[in-house]
Amino acid sequence: MTKAISTRRAANRSLPKVPTGIQGLDEITGGGLPRGRPTLICGSAGCGKTLLAMEFLVRGAMQHNERGVFMAFEETAQELAQNVRSLGFDLDDLIAQKKLVVDFVRVERHEIEETGDYDLEGLFVRLGHAIDTIGAKRVVLDTIETLFSGLSNQGILRAELRRLFRWLKDRGVTAVITGERGEGTLTRHGLEEYVSDCVILLDHRVIDQVSTRRVRIVKYRGTTHGTNEYPFLIDEDGISVLPITSLGLQHDVTDERISTGIARLDAMLGGEGYFRGSTVLVSGTAGSGKTSLAAHFAHAACGRGEKCLYFAFEESPGQIVRNMRSIGLDLEPWVKKDVLRFHALRSTLHGLEMHLASFQKLIQEFQPEVVIVDPVGSLIQAGSRKDATAMLTRLTDFLKAQRITAFFTNLTSGDASPEKTEVDISSLVDTWLLLRDIELGGERTRAMYVLKSRGMAHSNQIREFLLTDRGIDLKDVYLGPEGVLAGSARESQEAREKAAAVLRQQKVDEKQRELERKREALEARIAALRKELEAEEEESKRIIGQEQLREETIRQDRERMGASRRADNGPEAAEPPARSRKTPGGRK
Amino acid sequence: MKKSAKSTKQEKPTETTTAAEVWELRLYVAGQTPKSLAAFANLKRLCEEHLPGHYRIEVVDLLENPQLAAGDQIVALPTLVWKLPEPLRKIVGDLSNTERALVGLQLRPAGSGE
Repeated sequence: MTKAISTRRAANRSLPKVPTGIQGLDEITGGGLPRGRPTLICGSAGCGKTLLAMEFLVRGAMQHNERGVFMAFEETAQELAQNVRSLGFDLDDLIAQKKLVVDFVRVERHEIEETGDYDLEGLFVRLGHAIDTIGAKRVVLDTIETLFSGLSNQGILRAELRRLFRWLKDRGVTAVITGERGEGTLTRHGLEEYVSDCVILLDHRVIDQVSTRRVRIVKYRGTTHGTNEYPFLIDEDGISVLPITSLGLQHDVTDERISTGIARLDAMLGGEGYFRGSTVLVSGTAGSGKTSLAAHFAHAACGRGEKCLYFAFEESPGQIVRNMRSIGLDLEPWVKKDVLRFHALRSTLHGLEMHLASFQKLIQEFQPEVVIVDPVGSLIQAGSRKDATAMLTRLTDFLKAQRITAFFTNLTSGDASPEKTEVDISSLVDTWLLLRDIELGGERTRAMYVLKSRGMAHSNQIREFLLTDRGIDLKDVYLGPEGVLAGSARESQEAREKAAAVLRQQKVDEKQRELERKREALEARIAALRKELEAEEEESKRIIGQEQLREETIRQDRERMGASRRADNGPEAAEPPARSRKTPGGRK
Repeated sequence: MKKSAKSTKQEKPTETTTAAEVWELRLYVAGQTPKSLAAFANLKRLCEEHLPGHYRIEVVDLLENPQLAAGDQIVALPTLVWKLPEPLRKIVGDLSNTERALVGLQLRPAGSGE
């Protein structure tokens, strides 16, 4: 014991534990049950105590090579074998392989007369014998409290039980003791008094006619453990505990983008579509085209050679295929090639945990790249809103960890705010598309916009959402002084605008023509003036020429006269022509 | 009780009893504890008083033959089991409470005073 304490102090993790092999239970117990110590599993009738205990033994024998002894106080070995056969456990085979011993202990009060002092050594002998025959490491006592109804001397029983648990510890076997839940106590006869190392409480509640099983670790000495209530379920693979809150946000992310199946929507989402492995939510009122969007995405995924798993809660696969054909999407070839698989069921068919488990199972089996849940809101019907949110959180985390792109649709009621989802998953999703109706001019048109899209530049404009016989088409809506217009209102507005534009164009043209005319007129006038100038220039040149001629003639005449008068060539003789030359210029 | 350490021990019925009337008593014990010794002594005394010559006692020591415990659904020790006469009954304890032991052995109807 001192050694145990010192080890415990040394490091929490070093407390030796025995893996139960039960899916999820090892996760919340931080590795399993305390090795070599008894663990009490309590709960009301039908909550799965026996099954959990049996699975502990079977998994131990099959996966961890630890043989086990099942001491049954309530059911015979045969009954037990039958009960767990539906979970895929073959007890007879394990018994034949000497990996398991089932000892049925029957204590019938009416057969027993108590006469004086006794002890439970017989039980010890049987247990010890069973342990020794196969070298068992695990022991289950189910339900030892039955002894209290078979034997009346409580004093002896209590003392012997205390001795039994001590003895189990001394034998070094990891024991699981089951106990029926009592009024205000964990077990009817206070077994928790004796088993103080690890106590696990199972619970089976029915809320709104949907049953949910839960498990909680009430106490686990010397180790940290999950303290929440975790839902668990029992299906054909045994027990799986779903530790919703223990999942981290550690998944890898990728930059890879995948097409939405609608070119225009890709363009709205930064030109490339959704991120691979992201979670996409489409919410909208009834008939706004959510399923069509989902089908487009599925179609695109299959076209890329990926696999798509489609969970349908409201329509049958046949109906979806038929309806999508009406908008030009033929999903049937994908179904035939088994790249598109539908899983249609009513959400109320079973509880949320069961849904989640079947989701996980199907996903692990089919390995799809794309998972569609249509609509996610209907899961509320299978549980409370809080549970549905928790379940979807878990599903989202699971899908993200697998790098599966998730596509959820969600129905919003007409009067509720469209930015509010029925299940509070809006904070979980990475890309949120909102489809809404616009009622205008006596008609209802669909509009779509990207409410958010983490990690990408996305358009924040409203687009008109058209369902044509060639699939979904997104059109710009009219945005102008008259507000947002869509449908035929948009078309008529566009026509009006077109007419106005033509008119404006005509005016512009007219103005241009007028200008042209003016320019031409001005240019004509300029030409005329230039002509006038040229004419005047001609005239001036002509006059100047005549003047020069006349002066030359005068000078020649003068020279001739001078020569005849024998005048000398004085300086004045040269002057007169120069002066006379100036004169005509000055006169001009 | 000197011989109880042996796995089985039979007290021969007296020759006067017929086979049908012989009580086949089997006492389960685990080693020679004070309780087992007391039980054997008390049983012997009761039988001598009430069934002289009509009984056969077999003592089974589970420490030696633990596999025999499951057959008669032994949990508490010491336990006295008898198969004949019918029905199968069990008496647990060291038989120190003579009254209850006699009721258990149906040698005295329950409730009737001494």
